[in-house]
Amino acid sequence: MDSSTHSHFDVVVVGAGPAGIAAAVTASDCGATVGLIDDNPTAGGQIWRGEAHKTERSAATPWFERLVRSSVKKIHGARAFYVDDGMLAAEIADGTRTIAYRELILATGARELFLPFPGWTLPNVFGAGGLQALMKSGLPVAGKRILIAGTGPLLLAVAAYARKCGADVLGICEQTTMRKMMRFAAGAAAIPSKVADTIRLAWALRGIPHWTNSWPLAALGNERVERVRIVRDGEGHEIKCDYLACGFHLIPNVELARLAGCQIEDGFVEVDAWQQTSVPRIYCVGEPTSIGGVEMAVVEGRIAGCAAAGHREKARPLLRAREKYARFARELKDAFALRHELKAIAEPDTLLCRCEDVPLERARAFGSWRAAKLQTRCGMGPCQGRVCGSAAEFLFGWGTDSVRPPVFPVECASLASITSMGSSTGSSTGELI
Amino acid sequence: MPDTVTVRVNGRAVTVPAGATVAVAILAAGAISRFSVTGHPRAPFCGMGTCFECRSEINGQPHRRGCQILCEPGMNIQSDG
Repeated sequence: MDSSTHSHFDVVVVGAGPAGIAAAVTASDCGATVGLIDDNPTAGGQIWRGEAHKTERSAATPWFERLVRSSVKKIHGARAFYVDDGMLAAEIADGTRTIAYRELILATGARELFLPFPGWTLPNVFGAGGLQALMKSGLPVAGKRILIAGTGPLLLAVAAYARKCGADVLGICEQTTMRKMMRFAAGAAAIPSKVADTIRLAWALRGIPHWTNSWPLAALGNERVERVRIVRDGEGHEIKCDYLACGFHLIPNVELARLAGCQIEDGFVEVDAWQQTSVPRIYCVGEPTSIGGVEMAVVEGRIAGCAAAGHREKARPLLRAREKYARFARELKDAFALRHELKAIAEPDTLLCRCEDVPLERARAFGSWRAAKLQTRCGMGPCQGRVCGSAAEFLFGWGTDSVRPPVFPVECASLASITSMGSSTGSSTGELI
Repeated sequence: MPDTVTVRVNGRAVTVPAGATVAVAILAAGAISRFSVTGHPRAPFCGMGTCFECRSEINGQPHRRGCQILCEPGMNIQSDG
């Protein structure tokens, strides 16, 4: 890790999911030079993971075709860890890359919210989207007995995908109520593509039990998960399985936006009509601004792409579409809000922090995220609290919003590259050292 | 492009679909990725580069996130077990 390269673009987009691809292609079509950087080995983000190589056409296909045809410079396997004053730093397999931008579009997506419960650290317990990502990355699941749990529409998509891959999907434990689910489905009917998705999903899921008012209590097994204890309408049940896929909906990745000084409100990045954040020339699109699904992400990406390339007038026709999806986002939030019983599924000795093996009770005793970090090393491991910090926000109501560079663990050589970057741009990175 | 790729996980040959990640190879091998700081077995979990549970040594480079790296023929993956 000793090589460091440098490049410059009119517009740099961080994150090659639907929002980022739409932003990059749109800005490029408007005449800007565009760099698209992404942590993953290929473009698509989570929801379009692997879609670029599929033979069957989907909503993603036209965007991948446009991306390939465009002059967007794609930089994969690059993890952005620092941003300051017109300059971004990313770690790549064999070094670091500093990238200068005139305009920056953050399309950093979302991650899953994981809640601790006894046994959640056992091998073969995955996130729900986690199992989806692994299946899309080649994990064979044919013949595996899979239980899916947590909350949100993602659970249904994971179940359908697992079944398509030959898995035996035992059931879906959804923590929300049937009433809320039905109200949400009725609201989604206002968006034609969602209706089509729902019909397809219902067909794909026929025969798979879908339990509302249901959540996991414990994953049991010796070396890996063998059984899962769940509650269903107030009654306990035990289910034998090979894999448990469990996720409690999505939380936005706002670390880079926070580091850049963008205003964050209620966990989401604040943006204006053009998707611009409180920091001039920095835009934010997709899930970091609101959890609203793929269609909304694409519209936001297009708006920001036009605006960042200096063509706001081209974005104007898109504003109304965004409003329609914003309503969907609000309904999504209400329908899958987490019930308070989920705060009680972890035992005192259940690990809260997987990186540093800190039991929940030990962390809780310190009363705040900062004190728990200082006294127990909770949130101080390689994930930097992305898992346990988000859980602690829900479980204890703690604010975990401090962020400092690098926003991902990096090698010393990468840190050295940003100190030289700081001196070249005249900004202060001295506090890092 | 061949349909599969063969890598070594802890010295054992494992064949996975082309385009599979190192995390997938570790799971397909029935291996774990690491022992936690208090000695408990851990395996890939979030699948998207966030949790770092799948980190292992890849071609001699320590602490690589297996879910973000594609398998290449002959790749040498060393995990804690």
